[in-house]
Amino acid sequence: MTTVATQAKLWYAMRISSMVLAVCVLVHIITVIYAVRGGLSAAEILGRTHGSWLFAAFYGVFVVACAVHVPIGLAAIASEWLGLRERTALVAAQIVGVAILLMGLRAVYGVVAG
Amino acid sequence: MDLKVRVWRGKERGAFSTYEVRREESQTVLDVVVHIQRHLEPSLSYRYACRVGMCGSCAMTVNGVARWTCRTHVSKVVTGNALEIAPLPNFPVIKDLVTDMRDFFDKWARAKGQFKGTTTRHDDFARVEPTSKERRAASAGIECIGCGICHASCDVVTWRPNFLGPAALNRAWTLVNDVRDTQQGERLRAVAGDAGCHACHTQGSCTERCPKQLTPTAAIAGLKRLTAKAAVRGEL
Repeated sequence: MTTVATQAKLWYAMRISSMVLAVCVLVHIITVIYAVRGGLSAAEILGRTHGSWLFAAFYGVFVVACAVHVPIGLAAIASEWLGLRERTALVAAQIVGVAILLMGLRAVYGVVAG
Repeated sequence: MDLKVRVWRGKERGAFSTYEVRREESQTVLDVVVHIQRHLEPSLSYRYACRVGMCGSCAMTVNGVARWTCRTHVSKVVTGNALEIAPLPNFPVIKDLVTDMRDFFDKWARAKGQFKGTTTRHDDFARVEPTSKERRAASAGIECIGCGICHASCDVVTWRPNFLGPAALNRAWTLVNDVRDTQQGERLRAVAGDAGCHACHTQGSCTERCPKQLTPTAAIAGLKRLTAKAAVRGEL
């Protein structure tokens, strides 16, 4: 059993990460719409992102915010809808969180330095 | 045209029985239930007391939505000429339309819903500025009549039976904002976490359906902020 203090901190982490995500999603969508308005190939995208540390920093933050935010929500869904016990739900959600972090950072590395 | 009224008979297991009731002007759903019990089905069990929206005892599910039946006009909720009246969801059914409210009120106690001050009857009245932020926050929630409609309408209560629920948390929020109360730390511990305010998904069904137009959603949001800050500071 996690303590109520831990549960409250997890909620706080989810709230802070949601604020970060709100900004990241907006910037991401606006950038995508702006960038592809005249058509854009994969090679052109990579040409712009390759070596861009600004791009790496922005999407690095985006991925970390996702990796914090998603597992906390998934744990709640797993315990409420699937009836998993709290501990099981948290462990399962943490595995998903680590996967999001690794795959996300790998993708950022791929378009910036790969 | 007469009303065709389906009324739940039984306990958790049971069935709807159908009755025909004459339409009247300004007829409330409670009028319909009273008519059925007095003239058609004497063994029908249900609760009411004040008939004027003060006591909070007559809440039922009317055409799928939890409502106070004494202040709900048939004309506002009837579908064609059909009414379906059932006990409140999220409450154990004792018989017919009567639910067991014990766990609901036990949750108020668990959320530290009791006032505890330091003064006695021999002391002077406390002076609380009516326009202060705390007093206004408390005033926004103190008209709760304990009808259980918010609790019945809350999906999180369905999913997490140990969730304190909107009514108990609303009560706790009024006391958190009572500057005379001395149990603030214990109360924040009681209402934090996954059985407390942090389980709320802010769907707002409680606020949507509260017959007194209170906003338990805002009360719970206030508790979330205070308890999360206390947790981060290590005070929880």
